[in-house]
Amino acid sequence: MIAQNIAFGIIATVTAVSAVLMVTTRNVVHAALYLVAVLASLGALYVLLTAEFVATTQFLVYIGAVMVLFLFGVMLTRAPGGETQSLTATSWPVAFGVAAILAGALTWALLDQFGSDELSENPVVFRTADVGDEIFSTYLIAFEAASVLLLAALIGAIVLARKD
Amino acid sequence: MLVNQFLLLGAFLFCTGVYGVLARRNAVMVLMSIELMLNAVNINLLTFGYLHNAVSGQVFALFIIAVAAAEVAVGLAIILLIYRNRASINVDELDLMRG
Repeated sequence: MIAQNIAFGIIATVTAVSAVLMVTTRNVVHAALYLVAVLASLGALYVLLTAEFVATTQFLVYIGAVMVLFLFGVMLTRAPGGETQSLTATSWPVAFGVAAILAGALTWALLDQFGSDELSENPVVFRTADVGDEIFSTYLIAFEAASVLLLAALIGAIVLARKD
Repeated sequence: MLVNQFLLLGAFLFCTGVYGVLARRNAVMVLMSIELMLNAVNINLLTFGYLHNAVSGQVFALFIIAVAAAEVAVGLAIILLIYRNRASINVDELDLMRG
């Protein structure tokens, strides 16, 4: 348990610092790389939560595919590299206030509801086979709907981005 | 491990994402912040799955990852189209529908 708490501390620090840097950095490419750090440490966090298949998918889909899409997006929409002065709106204090109020409300609600509840030290570990069984039995229709959604998104993205 | 340490990390990431969506002017950065918020939700799903010994948490997290991938693909295509038409992806300048 102590080892897991130390691991959580390291992962949480990396995640939180990278997330804050991501929304404050003045360079879009740096923001994308900070997002990689956040997503990778969250993958490690999923392993800590005994979700091995979700962690693998996180690495494959997010860091492998989504990040490439983002870097393409940055590349295609902004010609000059380096720092840009106007990435953050002048009304950022309002945004900060909204986020701070939301954080306060969420923290209060979570502390009120869960206090110092402990996670069980010997959880039921669901392996990839169990996740697969569940997807292809209980959630079969949702899985097929997700397939159709991905196909629709693929075709939609091509139609939108096509030059004609 | 406390339940709350995971849930509070998720809440913090979500609020960071909210700040990013509201404060950033670059549309690509707004999409990145949305990814941050979706991942915060995934932490919660996996934590509650662990807490209640339910495999559904992991299944839901996988569905969110799939939907997020679709969302990024369509979102970036839309941003690309905006850039082609307006030569700018500053969300403050996209005020065609302002009354």
